[in-house]
Formats: sequence, C-alpha cells, structure tokens
Amino acid sequence: MTDLDRSVDERPGVGTAADRDAALQQVVGEGLHRDDESDRHPPVADWATDFDHTDPVWAADPYPIWDRLRDECPVAHTERYGGAWLPLTHELVSEVAYDTDHFSSRSIIVTESRPTHDLAPVGIAPPISSDPPFHHGARRLLLPEFTPKAIAPLEEFTRDYCRGLLDAVDGHDVVDAAIDYGQHIPVRVIAKMLGFPASDADKFRTFVYDALERVDRPPAERVETIGHLVDYISTQMAEHDAEPRDDLTTYLLNAEMDGEPITKRHVFGTIALLLLAGIDTTWSAIGASIWHLARTPADRERLVAEPELIPTAIEEFLRAYAPVTMARLVKDDFEFHGCPMQADDWVLLPFPSANRDPEAFERADEVVIDRAENRHAAFGLGIHRCLGSNLARLELRVAIETWLERYPNFTLADPDAVHWSGGQVRGPRILPIRILPT
Amino acid sequence: MRIHVDGEKCQGHNRCYSLAPELFELDDYGTSHEIGDGVVPPELEERARLAVANCPEFAITIDEDGAP
Repeated sequence: MTDLDRSVDERPGVGTAADRDAALQQVVGEGLHRDDESDRHPPVADWATDFDHTDPVWAADPYPIWDRLRDECPVAHTERYGGAWLPLTHELVSEVAYDTDHFSSRSIIVTESRPTHDLAPVGIAPPISSDPPFHHGARRLLLPEFTPKAIAPLEEFTRDYCRGLLDAVDGHDVVDAAIDYGQHIPVRVIAKMLGFPASDADKFRTFVYDALERVDRPPAERVETIGHLVDYISTQMAEHDAEPRDDLTTYLLNAEMDGEPITKRHVFGTIALLLLAGIDTTWSAIGASIWHLARTPADRERLVAEPELIPTAIEEFLRAYAPVTMARLVKDDFEFHGCPMQADDWVLLPFPSANRDPEAFERADEVVIDRAENRHAAFGLGIHRCLGSNLARLELRVAIETWLERYPNFTLADPDAVHWSGGQVRGPRILPIRILPT
Repeated sequence: MRIHVDGEKCQGHNRCYSLAPELFELDDYGTSHEIGDGVVPPELEERARLAVANCPEFAITIDEDGAP
C-alpha cells in the first residue's frame, strides 16, 4: 500500500495537505529536472539524437520532422527527460504498444522525472497507467459505460450543447473554433457523465493544462498544481459518498473487482483519468478538423453537400491529425532493434507519426476525406486502446455536423494567429475562424 | 464469403460494428463478434471487406470462399 493509498483510504479526502503532498511527490517523482530555468529546453540541435516533443518547431509542424526521421532512424533518441526514445514507423510503434512485457504504463506522460516503482501495476490513473494482469479488471470495470449503446443517449445532449455554444457567438464575424467552441464540448459531456457541476468547466481545463501541458515544470511546482486537482476530485467523491447519484462517480464508488470493493485511491485515479483524458484530446481533434476545413474549400463544400460522408471524413481527420502521443517506461535494460534501451528510459508512442507512415497508408501525407480503407491508430493499439474512443467519435462528429450546419462557409481569419499545443497532445489552442456569407 | 473476429486481438475499436452492423455484434464490454456463423450474404460482401480493411488491430479474417 502506498502513501497515496493510505491517505485516500483513510477518509473521503486525501488526508492533510502534508499527506497529500507526500503522496504526490511519489507520483511526480524526484530528481531528474534541472533547476536552471534558462536552459531547461534549449533548441533541438539534431532531431535524431536530441529530439524534444515540446519544442515549438515540433508543435508548429511535426510532420516534416517525422517524415525525415522515419527514413533516417527509424528510432530517434534524446538525453532530455532523463533519456527517451522515439520510434516513428507504424510497425515499430505497434510493436511497442503490443509489448507489455518490456514496456510499462506506470507513467504515460513524459516528464523530467519518474513516478516511483511501487505504483505499478496499478499506477496513478487506472487503467491507463496499469500493467497486466491488474489492467484487465480495471478496464473491464469501465468498458460497459463507454460502448456505443451506453453513450448513444448523450448524442442529443451534445448536439444541443454545441448549438448553444454557437448561439452564444451568433452574428460574430470571427469565431475562435478552439476557444469559443471545441474546448467546451468534451468538458461539458464528461462533467455530465461524472456528475460534476457544469459550472466547474473552467477548473477542469486548468487541471488539464497543469497535468498534461506543463510537463516541463519542476516537480515541486507540479506537486502544487496537481494538488488542486486532487482536492477537487476528493471533494466530489466525498459528496457522492454522502449522497449517491446516478452517475459514473457513484458507480465507481460502489464498484468491485474480483468480489472486493475497489480502493478509494483506485476510484480517485480513474476519475482523474476520465476527467483529464477526454478533454484536450477531443478538443484537439475538433479544432484540427475545423482547421483543415477552413483551409480546404473543396473538402468543406463536399461535406456540406454530402453530410453522410462526415463519419468517413472524421476517420481521416483522426488519421491525419491524430492528437495523441502516448508513452511507456522501459522495464529492464534490453535491446530494441539495435537501440540499447535502459530501465526507466521513456519510449514515446507517436500514433500520429504511425498514421503518416507511407508503408502503412497509401497517400499517407494527403488528407483524403473519402478514404475507404483506414486502419489508423489515433486511439492507440493493443490493450490500452482509448477507452473513450466511441465517445470521442460521437463528440467529434456532432461538433463538426453542428458547425457545418451553422457555418457552411468559413476560412482562417489569420493563419499566423493559429497556435498549436506541443507535447503529447497536439491540437489548435487558438483558432480564429472568419465566418463568410453563404 | 465468411468472416471471423479474433476475440483475443479485438480491442473494441468498434470500427467493424459501425461500418457493418448487419455482420458484427458487440458484447457488454464492446468486444466484437461476427453475427451467427459469419457467413456474409452477397449484398454485404463489400461491407465485410470494408470492415476488415478498417480494423486497426487486424483482428478480422475473411474467407472469400467460405461456404454458407
């Protein structure tokens, strides 16, 4: 039992602030960061031997980098983050994703440090952070809640919510498809599923930013910012404990694995996962799709004329602009295709690069909105396939349908103003769209 | 034509189910299975091929000559 187990299990909250920080220290890890802010992330000297997925060049346009590395390496390395590897081809990315013997999910976000080993096999946010055999049961707990049938009732709610967002900017010449639209949709839907107040949406987005996009911050700072998330979820758990409801939070508080109630810490970690994992990922996919349609009039006109093609086009947007790169930790020293991997090295899983591999896809670098054969890996491969993929697809489809229904004609207001997030979740965070007359 | 989903390989992407719900069904955990004995009526053969070609896990096999 870890400190976090103890502190979370003793009471609905996570104990005292000191307990909480001690537990978080274990999650965040120690030691590998540099305190000197000035040189934390110098420009990348050479992408094959010094890559950095948080570099602004990568965030702005990673595709040429991946194309070159796929030909040259095809596994890049960096000494940054305490040592990390980057396989680029569909074949190698698949191989790592399927190999749970050599690669652990103990942490799936590359940071300057590593969570402690005793967190395995559960990890901080089961099941995404779990390894077999624990992973299987933790995932089966959630799967029935995310099947197409289970989430279908959310479609009408999502559509009404999307329409309301566009009503709020009605008449504007320029609408920011990320800030005014995309970023709100997954937040609202997951808050509804978890039974959290809709008015807390801004808080959730801050949590996402702190947890997933500020990975280069020193551990002490990460402990403090992630602490706000811990306190928030603990309060929600306590309220649901006191007053059970028909929502996912209550479901998890009463859930059992192998006939035993799951620990409060497990519930906490799973809620954190559900809250965080679906937000900036889906928001990124919505934004990237609208970005593509804003700069590709032929595709936009075709989808307006043939809305039945939207589900197929969405699979292509997911392939071409897949937002999510996952990560693993090497369990023990071993050689992977000539790469001398050491225990606790990071291995990035750039599904977006796998999706652009010409060995796996014809016309891999083109966006073909009626692509019929599309085995893209945007939601990952193997046992950690994105649990919320059906929900993400529903939100993405409804968001694009609703947008096109309201705005059949639009363009980028200022291409230079578009800003893409870097790191492991890539998507437009600023996306001003000029609405044109129909 | 006959299709078969390898339940060990299927990870529940549900692409086959969304492309050809007449041929695939999901269990409570979202794992796919061919409906019945997997025999594909002639009018659904194109859909069956599409389902195979969109499975990210290569979990579906197709036997073009599979007897009804």
